[in-house]
Formats: sequence, structure tokens, C-alpha cells
Amino acid sequence: MRLCEHRYRTISSVGGPLMFVEGVFSVRMGEMVRIIYPDGTAVAGEVLKISGRTVLIQVFGETAGIDLGAEVIFSDTVRRAPLARSMVGRVFNGSFEPIDGLPPFIPEQWGEVSGLPINPTARACPEEFIETGFTAIDTLNTLVKGQKLPIFSCAGLPSREVAAGILRNARLAGGGEFVVVFVALGLTHHDYSFYMDALREMGTGFVAFVNRADEPVVERLLAPRFGLTCAEYLAFGCAMDVLVVVTDITNYCDALREISTAREELPGRRGYPGYMYSDLASLYERAGRIQGTAGSVTMLPVVTMPEDDITHPIPDLTGYITEGQIVLSRELYQRGVFPPVDVLPSLSRLMQHGIGAGHTREDHRRVADALYRHYAKGRYARGLEAVVGREGMVEADRVMLDFADAFEVEVIGQGADRRAIGASLDAGTDLLRRFSLEVT
Amino acid sequence: MDGIITGISGPTVTVAISGVKLCDMVLVGRAGLIGEVVRLEEEKAIVQVYENTLGLGIGEPVAGTGRQLTVSLGPGLVSNMYDGLQRPLERVRAAVGSFVQPCRDIPPLDTGAEWNFEPDRKVGDEVGAGDVIGRIREGAFVHPVTAPCAGRLEQMQSGACTLAEPVARYTDGSGVFAQQEWPVRRPRPFRRKLPSVLPLVTGQRVIDFLFPLVRGGTAIFPGGFGTGKTILEQTIAKFADADLVVYVGCGERGNEMAELLEEFRSLRDQRSGASLLSRTIVVVNTSNMPVAAREASIYTAVTMAEYYRDLGLHVLLLADSISRWGEALREISSSLEEMPGEEGYPTYLSSRLAAFFERAGAVETLSGVIGSLTMILSVSPPGGDFSEPVTQSCLRTTGVFLMLDTTLAHSRHYPAINWSQSYSLYAAGVTGHFTAHVSPAWGEMQQRCRELLLREATLREVAEIVGAEGLQDADRLLMITTERIRSEFLRQNAYSDDAFCSPEKTAALMGAILGSHDRGEAGLKLGLSLDEALGGGRVAS
Repeated sequence: MRLCEHRYRTISSVGGPLMFVEGVFSVRMGEMVRIIYPDGTAVAGEVLKISGRTVLIQVFGETAGIDLGAEVIFSDTVRRAPLARSMVGRVFNGSFEPIDGLPPFIPEQWGEVSGLPINPTARACPEEFIETGFTAIDTLNTLVKGQKLPIFSCAGLPSREVAAGILRNARLAGGGEFVVVFVALGLTHHDYSFYMDALREMGTGFVAFVNRADEPVVERLLAPRFGLTCAEYLAFGCAMDVLVVVTDITNYCDALREISTAREELPGRRGYPGYMYSDLASLYERAGRIQGTAGSVTMLPVVTMPEDDITHPIPDLTGYITEGQIVLSRELYQRGVFPPVDVLPSLSRLMQHGIGAGHTREDHRRVADALYRHYAKGRYARGLEAVVGREGMVEADRVMLDFADAFEVEVIGQGADRRAIGASLDAGTDLLRRFSLEVT
Repeated sequence: MDGIITGISGPTVTVAISGVKLCDMVLVGRAGLIGEVVRLEEEKAIVQVYENTLGLGIGEPVAGTGRQLTVSLGPGLVSNMYDGLQRPLERVRAAVGSFVQPCRDIPPLDTGAEWNFEPDRKVGDEVGAGDVIGRIREGAFVHPVTAPCAGRLEQMQSGACTLAEPVARYTDGSGVFAQQEWPVRRPRPFRRKLPSVLPLVTGQRVIDFLFPLVRGGTAIFPGGFGTGKTILEQTIAKFADADLVVYVGCGERGNEMAELLEEFRSLRDQRSGASLLSRTIVVVNTSNMPVAAREASIYTAVTMAEYYRDLGLHVLLLADSISRWGEALREISSSLEEMPGEEGYPTYLSSRLAAFFERAGAVETLSGVIGSLTMILSVSPPGGDFSEPVTQSCLRTTGVFLMLDTTLAHSRHYPAINWSQSYSLYAAGVTGHFTAHVSPAWGEMQQRCRELLLREATLREVAEIVGAEGLQDADRLLMITTERIRSEFLRQNAYSDDAFCSPEKTAALMGAILGSHDRGEAGLKLGLSLDEALGGGRVAS
């Protein structure tokens, strides 16, 4: 604890969002600083690295207009997030300042922004079914409470319609509703307004953290952490079921790369820093349920795959951390199927626990397996068709071709309708029956 | 041995200190975070901190401990879940709540628990260093208590004892404790290594039959995400024919570990009938726990595994995934500003990995019994690309390579082990064992199965051009048989009764499939049509 405020005018260099300050005494890692520009504006910053008396500071905000004579004030505290129930219904920027024109709320407590890892022994196994209203998800890649399930999209695909559809339609098994924490990272105004309309339409509570495309890049690293701290508080402190939607993780990773390059760190694959896996994990792993606590944090990040490439580091590392993925397909989209979910590369790792008698329906696993198996055969047959033509194929393969087509249009495709789980499973069994395929 | 912090960069802390040795453990800052000395310079040490350094300040004190990073070994390890630094997570949770926070003074072994000590020696005996003076039983495991040095025993306990109190005392007043400390980075000694010849039955047909593993061997299975690495690891952990399983969740998901704990608590070991957890030690450092502790976690785990091997047991170490360890190594190396090798990994990646693999093996222990330590590690290559450094380094040392195939996984063929690319260097030796003890036809069936699958691969290419109709009957029969091999034999549902398959059942199943193929071939030779040859009852699918 310092007895007086430490102020320095010893900036030795500034470049991009980073600055060096010399001759600093007793500073700590992650300490918050305030920087006063010559024109009187103040921005926040954080200590990234200390080497003797030299301190590297990351600036959250615009560094244009700063000079080496600017004043840096050290706060002696690390960043914490103010938390209260009255956050619900509010819209904040990436630095957790209200941008909805209302006054700041009164914090009930303060939370660690980067969060603490949940003790694995304290975690409750996610097993409560969430009905999203989409057959492709509910029947084949079931989402459960406490899961992190990203949507892998490509540029131009309707990922926001799918995400908004889930926001609008998601119901808990018991009929309960979610509180949504929405984190927008580097979104265009167009996308942002779309999501805000969807949130307002929803009727349930939401908290939004918004960093638009023209706002400081550094805040993109901060906004999801604030969002998750807020989600953890609502879930584990106030026993609410929280659904966190983060869009777009690709912008987050690009921001991470931008800062990493500015710090002159060794680049890894495609220039992304080597610690990107751990960094992404520090976000995704905050989803979960805790034994003896009522609430839950479920995460739906949206990842836009650069060049439609699922092996690109961003979707790749995401897939390694999250519990499955929902992959959107350009081909299905072009054929007018909505939601255009390609179920073959899609996966929900926690599905096993959330389906069957007592959760969804007793025959759920068998129906899903049968649909998968036959659709995979149909897709394989399509490959054959391209080579030998439909005429050159055996009857069994031709049936599988028709099955795959019908499956995409009737089971996956559902337009704007919301299907309850019963209807979703029926759509599957009806189709199997029509093709006289057994459910085993 | 005390110093102060002069610089901090991520988990790397520069300390003005003298009198510490390389690899010594130090306590950093007022919070006493655990760190390890990774580089020494004049009057200065670079310390790798195993915990989050947020809030750590310049000028805070650093204290040397005079010892390396160690683990506690003794009765009470089994059924526990530890983090990468061997902190007992259950008791940490009881002390600080549901979120992991830095906390001191919770010993890895419960020092309050009561054990029954059975002495072998009596008061007045002269003992030498390493002599067994008594034993403690922990369920199915017997822990010998050994004398740390030579001397005469002056006091001897018998019956109820705890780990906090000595079970015996020397004449000079020093005590003999039932628990011991061992530095994690130093392999535990043994008399000699033995050739690995006995199979380790995993209960997975594709592994046991085509790519068998031996006790004391090593296996890796690399695969992109969603290829079923974790499920395969966990299935093997449940059913493998081992006395003790050490499961390392290295940089993986927290929910998975919760699932594993819950399942292992409720499932029974099919050999002993006891809860699976009573033969399992879990070491977990989830992906959001500190990176440096992730690096240490596999060493913590292997040291515990070696301890049980030294009791004369067959121990299986499963790690999911070794790539996360490699990445931790890379992060540490880059924060130390070392010169990077391939893809940013440090150049010592492959030598460290090789040294780690070498800690596996069947050995004659110091006390003259036979024990083994087998390792099965999953690898998560970025982008599913096996040419990356971690997979390639592992391939240089491992005995079994099980390649997980994304295409198979997408068609829900699990375990998604690719049968044309995988290999086992132990196959030759183990086939003899199975032929002698399970089925005389084992070796021959294995050979035929491989050939059929190989011919199918070529036929498939032909079929893609001419269509399946264009194939001859003999070839179509082969396609039907291999389809059965894939769907009934190689495929195994981890969530059904089929999750474990004994070698006897494996042989019978393969025998049945090949038998029906033989009948079909014989029928075709007699001039029957394919459907007739397949014996009326079975219709070609």
C-alpha cells in the first residue's frame, strides 16, 4: 500500500498501444495506470512487463496526441470489474463504461477480470439439455448447460442469424430462460444493430459489451474478460443461467496478434502468438457449472474461419478447447438451407450426457446415430456420383443419394421455424421411415 | 538465499539473489508463489513462476528453499486429483472454495489420515540405507517404509500411525517417515531394464489385434480435434489391464475432468470389482491453469507412476495431451527469450520428449521385483497436420503409433484409428504371446485381416471408377467382408457393453468374419452367385 500517488513524466518511447516508462519504483504486474495527455484527456493503461526501473505499459485507448511529456499515474491496484445485479439491461463499451446514456451502476462487489480457474473437482458435469429450436443442433449436436460450443462460420454465411436464432429460441429443459451476456468484438455497425435488435426482441435480460470495428483494438482483449467476469457473477453469485455470446473470436485473435507483434514477441503459426491456445483457453474455460451452485455459464462463441479453412489457427485452437463445434456450410447456404449446418464436421462432445430418457427422448441416441450413418453414406455416394454418374451406381447408393438430399432439405433445413425437441426427432424418424431405413 | 524481485515478464521473474542452485524451488513474493530457478547469472537468477504473477510487485522478497521441485510419495496418493504441482485439488477446494487460488500449506498427502504400520524390524536393530523396516497397506497396494540412512533403531511404532509422525527413530533422534520426497525431474532408480514382451490388453480390438501394446512400452495417438482422443484415453483408462492408472489431463478441458471423476467414481474395475477411482491417480492442469505448472504436470505424474512401479506393479500413464505440454515448453522458452527452433518450439523439445519416454519400461526394481510403466499419450497436432514438431519428435521414440483419422471420425467410426498408417513395433513379439495363450490362429488371422484391408483400399479406387457393379464377385465378396471388419470389428462403441473386448472375444469375432469370408470364397469357386455363396441367410448389405 502506497501512502501517496506515484506520478511520472518519464515516458521514453511510445508506439502503437505500448509505451515505456523509466525510473519507476515499486510497481506491480498488471497494475492500472492513468495517462494524462497534454490536452487533458485521460486514458487507462496496464503494466505488462517490468524490467528493473523500466516498465512496459499497454494503453487502452487512442495513443494519437500523446507526447513523451505526458503524465503517468500509477494506481497501486490491478484491474477489477465492478459487479451488481443492476448490470442486467445495460450496454457497456470494451472498458466497461456505460454507453447507453444511463449513469454508472453501483457495484455490489469487485471481481478479478482475468478470472480464476474453476477447480476441476468443483465442476459439475454438464448434462442439462438446452433446446435451441434448431434440429441440426438439438438432435445431432445437442447443447447442454455449462458447455462451450462455437459456431464456425465463413465470410458471407448467416452466422449472426443462427446466433440470433439461438438467442431468440433457446429454452432450458425445465422451461427456464437465460440471461444473455453479449460481447461484440470489432463488429461493424450493421452487424451490431442486428444483434441489438435481436437482444431487445428477446424479452429476457441481457448485458452487452460492445467494441465496434473503429474502436480501440486493445479493448477487444478486455471486453470478453469483462463479459465473462460479469457472467460468472450472475451465474455463481446470483444463481442465474447465463448464455454468453462472443462474436467474433477472429477479431479477438487478430487483436491479440496485433498487440503481440507490437511487443516484438516471437510469432507462431501465421503470425499469431505461441500462447494463443492458453489465452483462448482463459476465456473458453470459464464456461461451466459448479457443484452446489444453481447457475451456469454456457458459451456460444462465433468464429469466422479465414478462407473457409477449418485448419486455420483460430478455428483449430478453438476446436481443441471447446466441447465441439457447429460448422456452417457455404454449399448448403447456397442451396437455400437454413440453418446451413454441415453436421458431419460438427460435433457436441457433451451430447452423451444431455440426451436420452429423462433429458430428451429415449430413442435420441439411436435416431441421431442412424441419421449420421446414412447421411455420411449419402455424402460418400455424392463423391462417387461425380465420378461414375448416377447411372453407374448401384441402387443402394442411389437411395443414399436421395436420402442425403432429403435430409438436408427437410431435417437440417427448417427456415425460421422453431422446432421443439420432439418435433426435431420426429422429423428424423419420419425421414428414416420413408426411406425404410432402420433405427438401430 | 533470500533476494528481491527486479523484473517481471509474464511468468518469468528476475531476482537479485545468490546462493541458489539451478532447478531449485523458490518462493516468490509476499504471496509465496512457487517458482523454479531456470537460469543463473552473476548475482541474478531467472525464475519460472508456476502461478499467476498478476499483482506481483518489484522489490517483493524471494526465498530459496534449498531443494528442487519434488513430489510426496507414500500411502494415500490413489483416488486423489492433483494439479501439476501435486496440490490435492479436493482439499484445496475445501480450503479456498470452488475457484483455484494460490494457497500454501496443504500437503499433497493427507497427514491426518490414519494408516496401519506393520513393522519388520524391532528396537535395537542395525539398519542400512534403503532397508525395508516395515510396511503400510493401502487397499490393494503395499507401501514399504525404507530407512533413509544407516543407523540403530531406538524407537519403533506398530499399528496406527499418520504420515506426520515418524514410524521409527534412530538413536540420534532423527525419524523414519512413511512418506518420502522425490525431485520430479530425476527418474527413480531401478536395478535394470527388462525387455518388454508381455502385452498390455487395452480391450480395444483395433489396438490389441492390429497394433498391440506391451507392458513398459509407449504409444502415441495423434489426431485433429474431434477425432476422439480423449474418449479413447478415458476408455483405455477404464479397461486397460493395469494395476494402477495415472491419468494426466495436461492443458485440456475442465468439464472433461469433472466427467472423468464422476464416471470413475461410479464405475467398477472389472478385475477387482472395486471403484475404478481406487486404482487411479488423476493429475490435472486444465488449459486455463498456469502454463508453467502444465509443463511440470507430466513430470509430477511420471514420478508418482514410477513410485508405484517400484512397488512391483504394472502402471499405466495416460496423458492427454502431450502437445499441450510442448506448447507450454514453447511459451516458457519464448518468455526466456531463447533462440527458437522449428515452429517456435525450443530446440530441446525432442531431447526432452525422448528423455520423458525413456522413463517408461519394464524394470527389475531395487527390491528385486518386476514392475512396469507403460505410457499412452495423445498428441493434438495443429490443423491435424502430422508434420509438426511434437508429432515428429514423438514418432522418433514411440513404439506404437495410432493415427486418428478425421474422415473416419466424421463418419462416426470410433475409435477412429487409421489401419493403413498406424503401426506397432511390438507386434511381432506380442503376436507370439497371443498365439500361445489366446488363439493358435491369432498371428495368421492378423496377417489375413491386414491383407484384406490392404486389398480393399486398392479395390475402392477401382470401384470409384467403374462403380461397385463393375467389380467381379470375388472382389465384391472382399468388399463385403472388409465392410464387416470395419463395422463389426474395428469399430467399438465406448458407451456400450462392447466398450471392452477381451482377447478371446476379439479372436472369436475375427474368426467368425474370416470364416464367413472363406465359405463365400468356396461357394464362388463352386460357381455359385455371390448371394448364394454368402449362404442364403445373410443378404449382402
